[in-house]
Amino acid sequence: MFCLCTGDRKVFIYLQTGGTSNEWEHMSSPQSFFSSTIGKKVVMAVTGFLLIGFVVAHLVGNLQVFLGAEVFNAYAAFLKSIPGPLWIARIGLIVIFVLHLYNAFSLRKIISAARPVDYNKQATVQASAASRYMLHTGVVILLFVIVHLAHFTLGYLQPEHFSKTDALGQHDVYYMLVQGFLNPVYAGFYIFCIVMLGIHLSHGISSMFQTLGFCRPNVKNKLELAAKAIAAGITLGYISIPLAVIANVVTLS
Amino acid sequence: MDFTLHIWRQDNNKSSGSFKTYRALDITPEMSFFEMIETVNEKLECNGAGDGRIALEYDCLEGICGTCSLVINGVAHGPNRGVTTCQLHMRSFNDGDHITIEPFRAKAFPVTKDLVVDRSAFDRIIQAGGYVSVNTGGAPDANALPIMRDVADRAMDAAECIGCGACVAACKNGSAMLFTSAKVSHLGALPQGAPERSKRVLKMVDQMDAEGFGSCTNQYECEAVCPKGISTKFIAQMNRDYMRASLSRED
Repeated sequence: MFCLCTGDRKVFIYLQTGGTSNEWEHMSSPQSFFSSTIGKKVVMAVTGFLLIGFVVAHLVGNLQVFLGAEVFNAYAAFLKSIPGPLWIARIGLIVIFVLHLYNAFSLRKIISAARPVDYNKQATVQASAASRYMLHTGVVILLFVIVHLAHFTLGYLQPEHFSKTDALGQHDVYYMLVQGFLNPVYAGFYIFCIVMLGIHLSHGISSMFQTLGFCRPNVKNKLELAAKAIAAGITLGYISIPLAVIANVVTLS
Repeated sequence: MDFTLHIWRQDNNKSSGSFKTYRALDITPEMSFFEMIETVNEKLECNGAGDGRIALEYDCLEGICGTCSLVINGVAHGPNRGVTTCQLHMRSFNDGDHITIEPFRAKAFPVTKDLVVDRSAFDRIIQAGGYVSVNTGGAPDANALPIMRDVADRAMDAAECIGCGACVAACKNGSAMLFTSAKVSHLGALPQGAPERSKRVLKMVDQMDAEGFGSCTNQYECEAVCPKGISTKFIAQMNRDYMRASLSRED
């Protein structure tokens, strides 16, 4: 290939030099950032980061259940009293969640196509189980979000506990929560899903930094350790609530 | 030592292959893995009829050319860390072992025959941008262009990549990120490669995606099998370079 530069205009002349195959027919054309595999990963990392922000904020809100029914119901009433910011946050979350999901499945499609014939003998040298089952844990989280919204936000599951009001006339969210977790099926499902979320995050948090290019080798181990600690903290924080209900620490009386 | 080999046999990239079982008898521990397979090949040749020789690729036999491949018992380049298949010896196995030998598996690496795959996708990634454009002429004076020691070391760490493709073979997603990032980082770190740094990463990633390689999910299996120990820190660097270059992309 010769490149003749005349002023700022470039003229490319392709010359076939020997051989029969046309080596240029395989060369790619430019692609947009968001259609590239790296771009899609960056979207996964950024949306993942924002979703972790939500998970932490939601945990802080939930842990107020340990402060008693009044505080917890007042917090819920406060959120309802600011519908503007609440709906902006809700719509933002839905957009972020959908982007995260869309890119996950879009990348999975690329990955499945990249190895049409699989190995007969599979071996894994150092990849963590969390990193290998991101899609599986992710699908569990998706199902959980649907069930969780149907349960505590929309009141489709256990509607008999949904529309109670407390002594102050506020929506009795505390009552709904305790009744929900007294049901062993809902409590078990909740704990299982939160553990899956923890596993998802134990890879996701450190992976996010690698994807965004913030990964100095000397901090990599510390970062992975910190990611596991944060994931474990989030998991334990969420699980403590159904466990406290089961252990009669958080009660209706 | 005696071994039972389960080897992938495939006539060409159109046909579908299958595993065939062979016995490798009277193997000594100091034989290399390829010597062991060649003893089987000699027998297959003597027999005349049947499957014929097992096609495989190797060249330098000292782990620097990147020609040899093979996925042995599910691990690219076999059980030892930091070596290519040609540096693997039968002392790494136990007498009587069953050994499964497969070609590198990726859509971008079609099987040419048996255990030989076409890795020209890597050549095209290099063609897309893995070079520096310089005026030819006399060789520049030594030390005419001072380069910091740590920069030179980093460039050399990336430049160690021999392009064998084990990273793609080992990656659960069939991704070529480790290879591409090593090439991008090696040239990008040096002043000679700096002017084309943005253009290079964009074109090489475009080509990598166009070849049908998978995407990275940061599982680091590539790093574990890389015979040259290329670090996944170069993948982080390529991600960074690609994001920055995308912001000012002109084509």
